[in-house]
Amino acid sequence: MTEARLSTASNQMTIAVSFRQVSRHFGSVKAVDAVDLDIRPGEFFAMLGPSGSGKTTCLRLIAGFEQPTAGSIEIFGSQADGVPPYRRNVNTVFQDYALFPHLNVLDNVAYGPMVRGVGRAERASAAEEALRLVQLPGYGGRRPGQLSGGQRQRVALARALVNKPKVLLLDEPLGALDLKLRENMQEELKSLQKALGITFVFVTHDQGEALSMADRVAVFHEGRIRQIGTPQEIYERPRSRFVADFVGSSNVLPPDFVKLHGGQPRWASLRPEKIRIGNGEAGQGVAGSVLSRSFLGATNRVTVEADGLRLQIVTPAGQPLPDDGATVSLHWLPSDLHLMEGPQ
Amino acid sequence: MRSDRQQSAPLALKIAAAAGLLFLHLPLLLIFVYAFTTEEKSYQWPPPGFTTQWFAVAWNRPDVWQALTLSVQVAAISTAIALVLGTLCAAAVSQTKFFGRETISLLVILPIALPGIITGIALRSAFNLAEIPFSFWTIILGHATFCVVVVYNNAVARFRRMSGSLIEASMDLGADGFQTFRHVILPNIGTALLAGGMLAFALSFDEVIVTTFTAGQQQTLPIWMLEELVRPRQRPVTNVVAMVVVLVTLLPILAAYYLTRDGDQIAGGGK
Repeated sequence: MTEARLSTASNQMTIAVSFRQVSRHFGSVKAVDAVDLDIRPGEFFAMLGPSGSGKTTCLRLIAGFEQPTAGSIEIFGSQADGVPPYRRNVNTVFQDYALFPHLNVLDNVAYGPMVRGVGRAERASAAEEALRLVQLPGYGGRRPGQLSGGQRQRVALARALVNKPKVLLLDEPLGALDLKLRENMQEELKSLQKALGITFVFVTHDQGEALSMADRVAVFHEGRIRQIGTPQEIYERPRSRFVADFVGSSNVLPPDFVKLHGGQPRWASLRPEKIRIGNGEAGQGVAGSVLSRSFLGATNRVTVEADGLRLQIVTPAGQPLPDDGATVSLHWLPSDLHLMEGPQ
Repeated sequence: MRSDRQQSAPLALKIAAAAGLLFLHLPLLLIFVYAFTTEEKSYQWPPPGFTTQWFAVAWNRPDVWQALTLSVQVAAISTAIALVLGTLCAAAVSQTKFFGRETISLLVILPIALPGIITGIALRSAFNLAEIPFSFWTIILGHATFCVVVVYNNAVARFRRMSGSLIEASMDLGADGFQTFRHVILPNIGTALLAGGMLAFALSFDEVIVTTFTAGQQQTLPIWMLEELVRPRQRPVTNVVAMVVVLVTLLPILAAYYLTRDGDQIAGGGK
């Protein structure tokens, strides 16, 4: 189990951020509910979940903007309870960037050193260095209002990194950027994180982003973590229906269906690319009829109805496709059928 | 379509607009003219002659100086109180959520919506009931009730335009509450406070109604002028003082107007 591996690891080295039974309730709303979490030093950790799932509150708990109503948080081995945000060695890149509009870019980046009392010349060169790191050298004299969204994001990143935080928190960092920019930024963040060795914790509702960038992903739902694991684990072996649904376009099969086709009566997930389409001979595989087909470039997606269930099937481009309405048989290996815990 | 129409207004409209402006401002000019008249007992038109002697007379009268000093002191202290309380209140209402927030917002604004005479009577009865003697400080309390509103209104509007995460960003970067106030909040709401403060000062400086109810023997400048109008001698002195009051109140209001106008782009640029 993942937890067992984690606890042995924690004996050998410090954990960057650890949550022990942490709850943050707002009245009757359980924004975060009894969460246990260990983020390792130098890890790129994603908190994934729909809005209102508690991921952003968890981030704010680490930053110190929220205090837990129960449980305790440790950051690199020291208790974080009651420590205000300005005494934590943690910095945040805000969703709306929160650049100071009355300061130019250089003074924005130099803000952290400035309030810590670093001299003018020294903090200016530190800020220049940080701007070079995010590939905005020479932009120091501009106002935040004169920058594009992508540039503002880089300034926000530089403003956080100049403080050499032990943990960098990113709140939906790519949410406001357009697709092309987002892809560039994903790669850049990843390589920046590798180069600096800082623990990155980022919050996102975009499962593609979480899976492609993170070393490990925690899937949040209704204030609780439903699963923690590497992107492969989460993608291939979702532990519950919610995770299977949210993380990818997996086929979620109800217990009846699984039982009918020779499995245990439990919920199961079946990845669309694991299903093979046969020619529909009786007695072989699961019979179904083709509802629709769509061309996705490198692959084709076929929707087949079988036993009242709609199944998505992804096949490599170039393979012959059945016609709409054709009767087909579907085949998969029993080992590809992933049985999930719990009824959820 | 619309811009075509904007090019020229009909002559009649121009005349009406000019007449309206004249109606508003001509009486002010009349006051200025009477400050130079040689006739001291009544306001006679046209003035029989012009002189600048009333400036010297006004300068040498101790009661003018007393009233002026009192008014400046009252306005300055009321404004200072209003700046502190109004800003704190605006910060609380715009940056946090708490039970009764809307009610508090309404209660703060109420004194300026109420007729001054109600505020005056209410304060006078309250002071009597609490057996507080009327003094310099009771005047200030009375003035602070409406000065706070002016500052609050200006500050709350600016706070609302300021992204809430700016304060969190500052704390996140290592600034404590005081540093955040000094380096982030104050630069963003500074012009709004200046404008609100100037407006509060001007309001307090020429306030009559609340002052008559909350003052003891003290005479602020407007009260002094009111009494002076009944007196038969040295009438132009009142006009000289009135001119000074117009200038003293007009300049800060003009400055406040320009400052808030220029401040428009300051707070919104964060997003």
